[in-house]
Amino acid sequence: MTQWTRQTQSTRETPRRKGGGVVSAEAQAVPGGKTTVEARHRALGLSDQDVLEMYYYIALARALDDRMWVLQRAGKAMFVISGPGHEGCQVAAMWPMDKKQDWFVPFYRSVAACLVKGMTVTDMLLGLFARATDPSSGGRQMPGHYGHPRFKILSTSSPVGTQYPHAVGIAYASKLRRTGEVTMVSIGEGGTSQGDWHEALNFAAIHKCPVLLIVENNELAISVPLRKQMAVPSVAVRAAGYGMPGVTADGSDVLECYRVAKEAYDRAKRGEGPTLIEYRVPRLGSHSSDDQQERYRSREELEQVRKRDPLLTFRAYLERVGLLNESTLKDIAERIRRDIDTATDEADRAPLPQPDTATRHLFFEGE
Amino acid sequence: MAEIRYIDAINQAHHEEMAQDARVLVLGEDVGRKGGVFGATMGLVEKFGEDRVIDTPLAESSIAGVAIGMACNGLLPIAEFQFADFIHPAFNQIVSEAARMRYRSNGVYGCPVVFRAPYGGSHGTALYHSQSIEAFYAHVPGLKVVAPSTPYDAKGMLKAAIRDPDPVLFLEHKRMYRIVRGEVPDGDYTVPIGPAAVRRPGRDLSLFAYGWMLSESLAAAEEMAREGIEVEVVDIRTLAPLDTATILKSVAKTNRALIVYEDNQFLGYGAEIAARIAEEAFFDLDAPVMRLAGPDVPGIPFAKPLEEWFSISRGKIAASIRTLAAY
Repeated sequence: MTQWTRQTQSTRETPRRKGGGVVSAEAQAVPGGKTTVEARHRALGLSDQDVLEMYYYIALARALDDRMWVLQRAGKAMFVISGPGHEGCQVAAMWPMDKKQDWFVPFYRSVAACLVKGMTVTDMLLGLFARATDPSSGGRQMPGHYGHPRFKILSTSSPVGTQYPHAVGIAYASKLRRTGEVTMVSIGEGGTSQGDWHEALNFAAIHKCPVLLIVENNELAISVPLRKQMAVPSVAVRAAGYGMPGVTADGSDVLECYRVAKEAYDRAKRGEGPTLIEYRVPRLGSHSSDDQQERYRSREELEQVRKRDPLLTFRAYLERVGLLNESTLKDIAERIRRDIDTATDEADRAPLPQPDTATRHLFFEGE
Repeated sequence: MAEIRYIDAINQAHHEEMAQDARVLVLGEDVGRKGGVFGATMGLVEKFGEDRVIDTPLAESSIAGVAIGMACNGLLPIAEFQFADFIHPAFNQIVSEAARMRYRSNGVYGCPVVFRAPYGGSHGTALYHSQSIEAFYAHVPGLKVVAPSTPYDAKGMLKAAIRDPDPVLFLEHKRMYRIVRGEVPDGDYTVPIGPAAVRRPGRDLSLFAYGWMLSESLAAAEEMAREGIEVEVVDIRTLAPLDTATILKSVAKTNRALIVYEDNQFLGYGAEIAARIAEEAFFDLDAPVMRLAGPDVPGIPFAKPLEEWFSISRGKIAASIRTLAAY
């Protein structure tokens, strides 16, 4: 059997439960035994330092997220769109990537992924405040439209799905130019209904493009539930239709998210082509600051979904293996709060773009 | 200098640019071993291989979208749409992505893609192989749109488009491919994107056209000269950004303006030229600005009498010239 059929087979066996709860592989495999649990991240080739840094980024992204919403509610920002609940899989998927060499094509929930790739909290807040020095767009785009040339994060637009063919084109160029670059692209499950998504998978598979095709499935496209988005049990099964491996991982199980991403990354590096990765993630907040999820989600659903918060599940893991305790957690939280305070002030002080610059960069203006 | 067909000029530009720059590649439907349905990419796959001459799946949006990604990562893709009529699925990629990439990234990311599309009516091309699509795209800031009218310009402007750091929609009127011939030098040259060209000087009225309409207009102008009406024929060539100065200069000289385009008249490309003349040359005018354009029906109908009813022939152009000259 070819590799992709074997892997796709395993996708079909992924348990799906009512209410969206997917039991983590860790809890199933190792009910709390410290030695076995500890072996988990080490067995994946992750050092203690790695997992602590991964936790830091998840916590940083969440704290930044919280700050952005506070700033919006306080009238300091017009609009917020972000990814609470998505941070675990984003950090894990980005972890194998080379921060300088590899490409990332984000979507509007990619807060944590962009931070790991190299953007700073200040960079993101400059975008939130639409400042002239916003590295993504100089204040031209709505917040959440990330891009950064230094970290090879492609500029993002608002139409959903268009970024998928871009990522495939970038990966094709990497292959043709023999640069060794790998590209990662992200989207929500709603975006997988777009024709561009399907066309991109088809093209990527035909040409064995070195690309990780990530779908962060939070089971809601704004308010539209998964069952009205697709008739298949998971996004990953669609991979078989294009001739590539498809895997599903529980977004609350950060180490499993890493494992599947690392495998896909290594495949891409070996020239074996694309992998479709579906992360089942909880959407902890509203779609955006213009949405009120309480209008279409019950209190019970919101309570359930909070139990799948990757920040909490990963923290619990790290406490169990003795890498975090109350005191170190307090230190991390303190450091993050301080950094975000400093970044907020810095971004707030940055100048707004001048109207006479609005006609700039329509076309190339020279090096 | 050799006299070659319009299609050969397009083909030569591909060969020369791909030979001198390894970043240039072609993608589209049937561009490989068939050499394109019109032959524009003939001989490329044999010379440059399947990696640089990509026969794509039949999916226009990803032809554009993949090309955009390639362009963002160091390549210079030429994306061929088999017919301009089928470019519409890629509208979102071209308008929302390619045209806005530089602006939305505040100048950081560029998108040097050439989108090639055969447009316009020929014999028996009907509703879905004959459309003029230029107005949709010329409307979009950040996108350059060209429609060369001679083999010399076709080759020189395609080379300029490939070397351009920004996206260019390159429109080729399909009627011209095998009919229009012209002299093209052997060596490397480019024709800049931007300036219009006065193809025929004249004192009595200014006629503005591009693509196949330019050929027909020149023929009509010759006919009119025999009747004593001297028409100045201006080849717009670059539809966006528009060379307004050349247009205004011509109108200042002749005091009459006729715009000829094959697209539906309503909100067609000629409407912008008319508006600019009305706004900026009002006191130069001795007559109202006049447009001769396609009828406002969804396309060129197939049956011969219907096709003739739609088509803008040199005879119809000559009639418009007489009317305007007599005003």
